[in-house]
Amino acid sequence: MKILVCISKTPDTTAKIAFTDNNTKFDTNGVQWIINPYDEWYSLVRAIELKEADASTVIHLITVGIADAEPVIRKALALGGDEAIRVNTENSDAYYIAGQIAEIAKHGQYDLIFTGKETIDYNGSSIGGMIAEFLNIPYVALATKFELNASKAIITREIEGGEEICEVELPVVVSCQKGVAEQRIPNMRGIMAARTKPLKVTEPVAFESLTSIISFELPHAKAGVKLIPADQPEELARLLHEEAKAF
Amino acid sequence: MPVLIFIDTAEGHVKKASLEAICYGAKIAEQLNTAAEGIVLSEVKDDLASLGKYGVTKIHHVNSVALNHLDAQVYIKVIAQIAETTRAKIIVFSNNADGKAIAPGLSVRLKAGLVSGAVTLPDTSKGFTLKKTVFSGKAFANVSVNTDKKIIALNPNAYKIETRDGVAEMIPFQAAVDDGKVKVTKVTKASGEIPLTEAEIVVSGGRGLKGPENWGMIEDLAKSLHAALACSRPVADAHWRPHNEHVGQTGIAIAPNLYIAIGISGAIQHLAGVNRSKTIVVINKDPEAPFFKAADYGIVGDAFEVVPKFTEAIKKLKGIA
Ligand SMILES: Cc1cc2nc3c(=O)[nH]c(=O)nc-3n(C[C@H](O)[C@H](O)[C@H](O)COP(=O)(O)OP(=O)(O)OC[C@H]3O[C@@H](n4cnc5c(N)ncnc54)[C@H](O)[C@@H]3O)c2cc1C
Repeated sequence: MKILVCISKTPDTTAKIAFTDNNTKFDTNGVQWIINPYDEWYSLVRAIELKEADASTVIHLITVGIADAEPVIRKALALGGDEAIRVNTENSDAYYIAGQIAEIAKHGQYDLIFTGKETIDYNGSSIGGMIAEFLNIPYVALATKFELNASKAIITREIEGGEEICEVELPVVVSCQKGVAEQRIPNMRGIMAARTKPLKVTEPVAFESLTSIISFELPHAKAGVKLIPADQPEELARLLHEEAKAF
Repeated sequence: MPVLIFIDTAEGHVKKASLEAICYGAKIAEQLNTAAEGIVLSEVKDDLASLGKYGVTKIHHVNSVALNHLDAQVYIKVIAQIAETTRAKIIVFSNNADGKAIAPGLSVRLKAGLVSGAVTLPDTSKGFTLKKTVFSGKAFANVSVNTDKKIIALNPNAYKIETRDGVAEMIPFQAAVDDGKVKVTKVTKASGEIPLTEAEIVVSGGRGLKGPENWGMIEDLAKSLHAALACSRPVADAHWRPHNEHVGQTGIAIAPNLYIAIGISGAIQHLAGVNRSKTIVVINKDPEAPFFKAADYGIVGDAFEVVPKFTEAIKKLKGIA
């Protein structure tokens, strides 16, 4: 069993969101970078569990990004995984990134490719579905549970207002979210081991982007809260009904 | 060259998010002086022609049992055939579970730039740009689509449903449908409940409620408002509530008309998933709770005292008590 886990670097969830250069660039000043939580907590941990269940499993991590992505990929290696690949290029749109990953995957003979359900910065939910189409293999999005039975994956996935269980022969691309696994904290042994695990750097293939970000903006600030005394919940109900027309 | 809208169904019924997508697609078609046409895969129970009242003039229907369950790979090929036949340049999805499964792969197949999580109509004054949410709702990005063909996945609750007079012409579409590799073996519906992402009103509980045994009053409030239930992350982590109710930066992102947060502090990660709600109400006993800064209405008080009375007041206003 060979698994490829896609790892993205994202700003910490408490990072201040601000923009520079006339609102065309994300302000990285003082920003702490973390492994995208969906990649870390769910896809990576599930891959590690599969290796714990079957020691012959090989896990490769992949990230697309310039050298500043290395601390994050080392942190991922501290959790688990055998080696990492970094495609040395500036990030562009999802099509470009998925194209780079698919290029590596084509030569890697992976049985399973995991992504997070989305990254918490660009919220695209696109990479997994694009990789699958580039490779012409099935894609199961928004998994909440993932089991293996020989060469078959049994996956529970989110649908509107419920869940669906499906079976699919490997290889498959799966995007993972809550439920697939539980967050783990790297231990000292893992951190030490990560230092010597191979981190291969490869150059990107020529590939285009289909979209580009022109500018960013912040939402309008709220006007301020209207406080209602605790003994007058009927006044709150009235305001919601008549003023906010919320029901 | 019509604007195509993927119309998503569940158990044969058209989803609310798809009605929003139809209205949105129809508006784009109007901007571009063309027609809006729907795509329905799978068997349906609803009267599809009546979807004309949301703005589609035709519906391309592949009436196939094989498509009753989603296999993204199979769906993508069928949609690509319809796009080719109609020579459509713009395809609209809802950015819901199915949209997220299909649109990215279709983008690769058609080499069409994809904007997922769009919240506005395209600006076509120079090029083709759309606003989408980024940083889990903490900001927006204006994205330019640089390809001839374009795919838009519209966020649920981002576009208002409007009706007009109109009946859609039904066009049975004969598509080559592959045998899928994904076999659905079981579907569990949270029956009778309103899907969280589609809900107009959401009632949400946090750690301040002390334990799962106290959710009765939250459920009562939700019922009185015909609302969906949500919760903060620690509540789902502690298994007080199911995972699929967890909202926030690492849970589900929602944008209902009304979000009522009870016993939730309003941590930045929680706010990220809910701050696009139109009206936010906070009930919290701590006047310093950060959530009040993001709220429109608030009560500083003990939820156990406030909520039952609040529910009674709502029932009275709605004439159900
Ligand atoms: C990487 C990361 C991602 C995260 N993602 C998410 C996410 O997606 N969603 C999410 O929700 N959280 C997320 N969190 C957790 C987040 O930081 C907070 O810890 C969490 O939202 C707090 O949940 P809470 O408000 O229910 O609990 P608490 O912070 O414990 O707040 C409980 C509140 O209840 C109030 N209260 C207590 N008793 C009463 C009473 N009787 N009546 C009224 N009010 C009362 C208190 O005043 C307090 O404000 C994330 C954290 C990290 C680090």
